[in-house]
Amino acid sequence: MENFLFIRVARAFGGEMKIIVLAKHAPDPQSEVGVASDGKSLSLGAAVFDINDWDRYAVEEAIRIKEKLGGEVVVVGVGKNCDDTLRKCLAMGADRAIKIPLDAGIDAYQIAEVIAEAIKNEKFDMIFAGLMSQDMNNGLVGVLLAGMLNLPFATAVTAIDIKDGKVKVKREIEGGYQEEVELPMPCLLTIQSGINEPRYVSVMGIKKAKTKEMKELNISPKSKKVEVVKMYLPPVKKAELITGDPGQIATKLIAILKERGLI
Amino acid sequence: MKVLAVAEHRFGNLNPLSIELLNLANKIGESEAVVIGKDVSKFASELAKHADKVWKIEDASLENYSPDLYVDVLSQLIAKVKPDLILVGNTAMGSEFAPYLAVKLGVPIVTDVVGVSKADGLVVSRYVMQGKIMVDLKVSTPCVLTIRQGAFKEGVQKTGQIVDAGIKPSKSAMRKFIGYVEPEVGEVDIAKAEVIVAVGRGIEDAANIPLAEELAKLLGGVVAGSRPVIDSGWLPKDRQVGISGKIVKPKLYLALGISGAFQHVMGMKDSELIIAVNKDPEAPIFGVAHYGIVGNLFDVVPELIDKLKAIKK
Repeated sequence: MENFLFIRVARAFGGEMKIIVLAKHAPDPQSEVGVASDGKSLSLGAAVFDINDWDRYAVEEAIRIKEKLGGEVVVVGVGKNCDDTLRKCLAMGADRAIKIPLDAGIDAYQIAEVIAEAIKNEKFDMIFAGLMSQDMNNGLVGVLLAGMLNLPFATAVTAIDIKDGKVKVKREIEGGYQEEVELPMPCLLTIQSGINEPRYVSVMGIKKAKTKEMKELNISPKSKKVEVVKMYLPPVKKAELITGDPGQIATKLIAILKERGLI
Repeated sequence: MKVLAVAEHRFGNLNPLSIELLNLANKIGESEAVVIGKDVSKFASELAKHADKVWKIEDASLENYSPDLYVDVLSQLIAKVKPDLILVGNTAMGSEFAPYLAVKLGVPIVTDVVGVSKADGLVVSRYVMQGKIMVDLKVSTPCVLTIRQGAFKEGVQKTGQIVDAGIKPSKSAMRKFIGYVEPEVGEVDIAKAEVIVAVGRGIEDAANIPLAEELAKLLGGVVAGSRPVIDSGWLPKDRQVGISGKIVKPKLYLALGISGAFQHVMGMKDSELIIAVNKDPEAPIFGVAHYGIVGNLFDVVPELIDKLKAIKK
């Protein structure tokens, strides 16, 4: 324990940072997504999968901090088919990956639980997660994990400044305002999109990624907190559709705008 | 069923969503509210008009919101009141501390809920896939739910009793509040514009922004954007429409390639005329638009520009 504390203090003041980043392999909601015939799960056969958009910013932020201060970035993925996303993170510059092959669906509690177990022996300074997943939109895994590990935390982070073993962050609130807060380390931050400009994966990065460690850990969740009763398309009032070729559509639009006195 | 609604305030104002939480609480059982801060009497009186009982938790250290102190005092109150259901607003504040509270209480949590009905436990409804699909979840009680703004607008009047809970934080905050950062002021205030041409991810590239600008100019309006466009740096932050950006109500809101995530829709749904162009027929933006065009904006917009130019001549 003493040794562990010494390393933590040395790291914090000497600069080196060990950051764990959570990355989800997730379907893009703007691709073809639907409800499966069981009425209880998603139909994703034609969906486009990639790293969850918020997680992309989180991975980039962790790599930038490592590049500046030194240290290590460990990426953790949950899901039987998350290899592509983990490899992408390694190609971006993460050092190693941990894969937990569990498909927990919408149950964020289970996801946080297995991650807590997987990283219990990692002596990290910070954990980064995306603000939410682009498919389930729970916004839960990060803060649940902070609760399970008793970590100070902040969500929707838009700027990070590390100084003297403390982390000063800005977090997004309503109406264009931000709130500035300071946290001790270790801590957990959930990252808002737009915090940086994520890098593209280079050919060199892809080559290097092949030599990096991807460890698979089989962990089973202990609890089940929610149960899906049904999934369905939401009942919405639909807009009146304007159809035709582009020229006809433009003519109809002009007529509407004229009628409203807008032109 | 006993329901505890956690009220929210910032900058000296009670968040109207706090009343919506009580509307829901009154629908399903006995409603109690809790409000936390340095001096919360004003907020407690407002809440008492909609609740059976209002708990005040006051302490100098609670002047500014702190997630760990909120969870600390709420845990103490919950141990005393023993509610079956805890409601929190799905806001920047509520969505932050609620999951932590759920872990500390060892109870389930569901976020961004838009419907609640009593069953064996509760069945709650929420959107997934950024508004395209809905899911009903069964959850046991006690539990924590964060509630979406605007889902429970109708409510009843009450004359609840206000009680000082006599609860103080049992520790000091792990996270220190430093201050607020004001929004940046740009050259154009989109909230004052009568016509807005708004672009989303469908605009594809910064190089296509001038197309939207040309259309906006012909219509006497300004260009704004949804989050992905701002995140990519294609438009400045002060042009963002949505909960975390600006709330706009122009005479015309033309949404080009915007999918219509809730966060965006809350910033423009009260516009007088909404016309949306999107390739995806299932895009949630068509649920709020008056007129919709399912198609490629790069086909429609140039035609519209040509026709507007012809009229101007």
